[in-house]
Amino acid sequence: MKKLLIALMTTTAALSLAASAEAADKLKACWVYTGPIGDFGYSYQHDQGRLEVEKALGDKVETAYLENVSEGPDADRAFERLAREGCKLIFGTSFGFMDAEVKVAKKFPKVMFEHATGYKTGDNLGIYNARFYEGRYVLGQIAAKESKSGVAGYIVSFPIPEVVMGINSFMLGAQSINPNFKAKIVWVNSWFDPGKEADAAKALFDQGADIIVQHTDSTAALQVAEERKLHGFGQSSDMIKFAPNAQLTSLTDEWGPYYISRVQAAIDGTWKPDNVWLGIKDGAVKLAPYTNMPDDVKAMAEATEKKIAGGWNPFTGPIAKQDGSAWLKDGEVADDGTLLGMNFYVKGVDDKLPQ
Amino acid sequence: MDITVNILLTIATAATPLLIAAIGELVVERSGVLNLGVEGMMIMGAVGGFGAGYLTGSPWLGLLAAIVMGAVFSLLFAVMTLSLATNQVATGLSLTLLGLGLSGMIGTSFVGQPGVRLPNLDIPGLSSIPVVGKLLFGQDPVFYISIALTAAVMWFLFKTRTGLTLRSIGDSHASAHALGIKVIRYRYLSVIFGGACAGLAGGHLSLVYTPQWVENMTAGRGWIALALVVFASWRPWRVLAGAYIFGAVWIGQLHAQAFGIPVPSQMLSSLPYLATVVVLVLISRNKRLTMMNTPASLGQPFVPDR
Amino acid sequence: MMRLELVKRPQRSALFSALSPFIAFALTIIAGAIMFALLGVNPLTAFRIYFVEPVSQVWQLHELAIKAAPLILIAVGLSVCYKANIWNIGAEGQFIFGAIFGSAIPVLFPQFEGPLVLPLMLLLGMVGGAAYAAIPAFLKTRFNTNEILTSLMLVYVAQLFLDWLVRGPWRDPQGHGFPQTIQFGDSAVLPELMPDAGRANWGFVFALVAAVLIWIMMGRMLKGFEVRVLGSSPRAGRFAGFGLSRMVFFAFLLSGALAGLAGISEVSGAIGQLQPVISPGYGFTAIIVAFLGRLNPLGIIAAGLVLALTYLGGEAVQSALGISDKVARVFQGMLLFFVLGCDTLIHYRIRLIGLALTKPEGAAKLEAAPKLKEAR
Repeated sequence: MKKLLIALMTTTAALSLAASAEAADKLKACWVYTGPIGDFGYSYQHDQGRLEVEKALGDKVETAYLENVSEGPDADRAFERLAREGCKLIFGTSFGFMDAEVKVAKKFPKVMFEHATGYKTGDNLGIYNARFYEGRYVLGQIAAKESKSGVAGYIVSFPIPEVVMGINSFMLGAQSINPNFKAKIVWVNSWFDPGKEADAAKALFDQGADIIVQHTDSTAALQVAEERKLHGFGQSSDMIKFAPNAQLTSLTDEWGPYYISRVQAAIDGTWKPDNVWLGIKDGAVKLAPYTNMPDDVKAMAEATEKKIAGGWNPFTGPIAKQDGSAWLKDGEVADDGTLLGMNFYVKGVDDKLPQ
Repeated sequence: MDITVNILLTIATAATPLLIAAIGELVVERSGVLNLGVEGMMIMGAVGGFGAGYLTGSPWLGLLAAIVMGAVFSLLFAVMTLSLATNQVATGLSLTLLGLGLSGMIGTSFVGQPGVRLPNLDIPGLSSIPVVGKLLFGQDPVFYISIALTAAVMWFLFKTRTGLTLRSIGDSHASAHALGIKVIRYRYLSVIFGGACAGLAGGHLSLVYTPQWVENMTAGRGWIALALVVFASWRPWRVLAGAYIFGAVWIGQLHAQAFGIPVPSQMLSSLPYLATVVVLVLISRNKRLTMMNTPASLGQPFVPDR
Repeated sequence: MMRLELVKRPQRSALFSALSPFIAFALTIIAGAIMFALLGVNPLTAFRIYFVEPVSQVWQLHELAIKAAPLILIAVGLSVCYKANIWNIGAEGQFIFGAIFGSAIPVLFPQFEGPLVLPLMLLLGMVGGAAYAAIPAFLKTRFNTNEILTSLMLVYVAQLFLDWLVRGPWRDPQGHGFPQTIQFGDSAVLPELMPDAGRANWGFVFALVAAVLIWIMMGRMLKGFEVRVLGSSPRAGRFAGFGLSRMVFFAFLLSGALAGLAGISEVSGAIGQLQPVISPGYGFTAIIVAFLGRLNPLGIIAAGLVLALTYLGGEAVQSALGISDKVARVFQGMLLFFVLGCDTLIHYRIRLIGLALTKPEGAAKLEAAPKLKEAR
């Protein structure tokens, strides 16, 4: 055993020496995830993006990541560590990393930073986000067409603007087909608890919903739909393997193309802090293949997707707030600032927003 | 009527893993050992069960693997606390830490793979009787195992000689030892039984409840199982009742939300925990009753002297 | 058939008391080397990055202090509980309530500034933690309710309460709807010790002071004696006139106050505002720290630093070698097991039965007798 170990040590030592000598002229790009990459959801999709970067740029780039980083002092340390270890471009993928990234970016002016879903920028800190609400409008239309009871069950994690925006967009889409469409909402207070998500789905189905939408990460709710022979939508990644007969489509995050372009820019020396909000037209928000629905519904969904890719915003007036007061006039389009801080419902949502 | 049946079925599914893990821990604690590693053994069972089911295609082999995984993992705790007399609280917590890490490592390649699901019981004729048919004859196999297990443990602890011996060890390992009872051997077997149960509960999660593997998928259920044992003041039928009450509160809060009751969701989410505290208080107020059932040497290390 | 047998030493072995951490560490290194080699990583490189690098850079030493401070502070309080045989495992919840109480000042009265703010916040933090710990203490003394479970259940309640607070009433109105309170004003921020060198703040000093004070109390004062007597034998304590109920309250309030202090120090020092999650499980990790330090406050300082090091090292190997964070957790688990196991040597001699070579003839004969009885 001891001999084997020594042999292993010497060979791997030689290998790692060779590797580090070679690494000098590569650009090191690094990621910080808030969850485990094994969540098959949000962090998993970001890591898929990282892997795409490795594949596309090959030996021009070296990547590293820290997973399961808690939002707080651990985040400060994570960014500082990566900056000190020679990462030239660092992506922070969770809203909660915002202040940590701002602090560390000031300390390391030569390192390039990018932060997902936040709103603070700096000389070497850019932000990026995806317009998931665009996809949710399409989901709403499909739900209204496919639902027999006219009630959808909506499983949500936490009342942050991103989630509220999604509920509103979904309802606007559904109401454009069926003005009386209703959604029952359950907050599970977790991004990720398969058991609780499954239980929430069952409760919603039992109360008369026949289609399930989720803003949580696991495949559990769809699996319940599959068992009950009802329908639902996937989230973050394509979950068709888990619910071949139940998934209508899935709202997926595709960070790869964006990451590749940013790392390439860093290699070329053309990187500048940016403030981008990518949507369907950029390929960052994708709807998985439409399945388990008649052709006319599919055609409608594809048409809406095209319309949105062409620049139409689902938040185009006239839209009233939940209490009936006017929000957007006819033809008026919501500005990004309002959307990013959204903390009110539009008319027709049957829930009280936790305040 | 249909909705009532459905809700009852949902509660049964939510209660089953809690019941199984708690029944196992009950036996362990009755023998005088406190194993706080239930969460760790459960997640090991979940990953083992999913993995075996996924690789062989047989959910039954998966279930078997879950049991074996939990039992083997609990052996680590047994060696530490029983043979080396380490502190049970610290060792149990370490076991949970180790289980969460190890299961994540083992399960890396299972992420994003659809697993196999244990089919529900389907007895022609019986399962389709309205209302009771589905409740009595149409649930998943682990549900029946959990009920049978509870009955078996009840019979074993209170109706057999070995069960009596086991309880006497929990009450006073010193006098049991003086009577020539093999304290350590009994405890080894109890801990392994507890591990097997926790593993089975984990297997239920990854093969029935939500047939998939994801890290940390037990999401604190092992801790609830531990609470249930005390909640039940170490009596099997009360564990059964407790698991179903907890399941009902758990499912009930989701229904309350879907129904649109205007209460902050955080408050509804904390209801099961508050309910546990309240019931614990109500039960423990009766001092005589708790004293009678609490294994007196619970958590104390035992080293036979000769 | 081989089996282990423990033989109690007449008194604790000073030799193994000193040696056992090193033996445990050596065993961990061996097991870790095998694990790293199996993962295809050079164990030497891995260990250098894991254990040496974090303590060879000044900024990392500061990070070590930041990470260790709450662990030590909480664990020192818990050690008093555990010595008294009182099982508070809800320090995580007390940590959160300390943070909430202390944050009330900068969140509700942001215009209140000056040198008084910080002491008041720290005091309120301790009050908050102690008040939350008083619940299981009250339930235990009044209704005889098991404190392990009530204190644990209250952790979940505290987490959800904090969540509600920062998403609802205490949310920063200018925060774009995101779940955070306002940033604390300058006079509400715990100062850094050496701002030029790194981020370590006064929280670490609090931890050291608390550890030394508790060490003095436990070793030199009547209260410490009372804790130990009641812990090892409640009946003897009662004869000595010590009240068990009073002790339950004392231990819970003390550990709650220290956990609360850790909470407010963390929020005001390292985070600067309240947010839905403020602790990566410090309250639970501290339980392990308390036992690693053998419930001795000075030992806990060492144990807190070692555990903090395993976190930092775990991150370092993750980013430098691409080893997943699960490996770091397994590694921590192994370290804990070995330390716990080796501490057995302090109180016991270990004999392997069935290996005839390892023991003198007489002993073998003596042990053969009960074996025969077993066979029958």
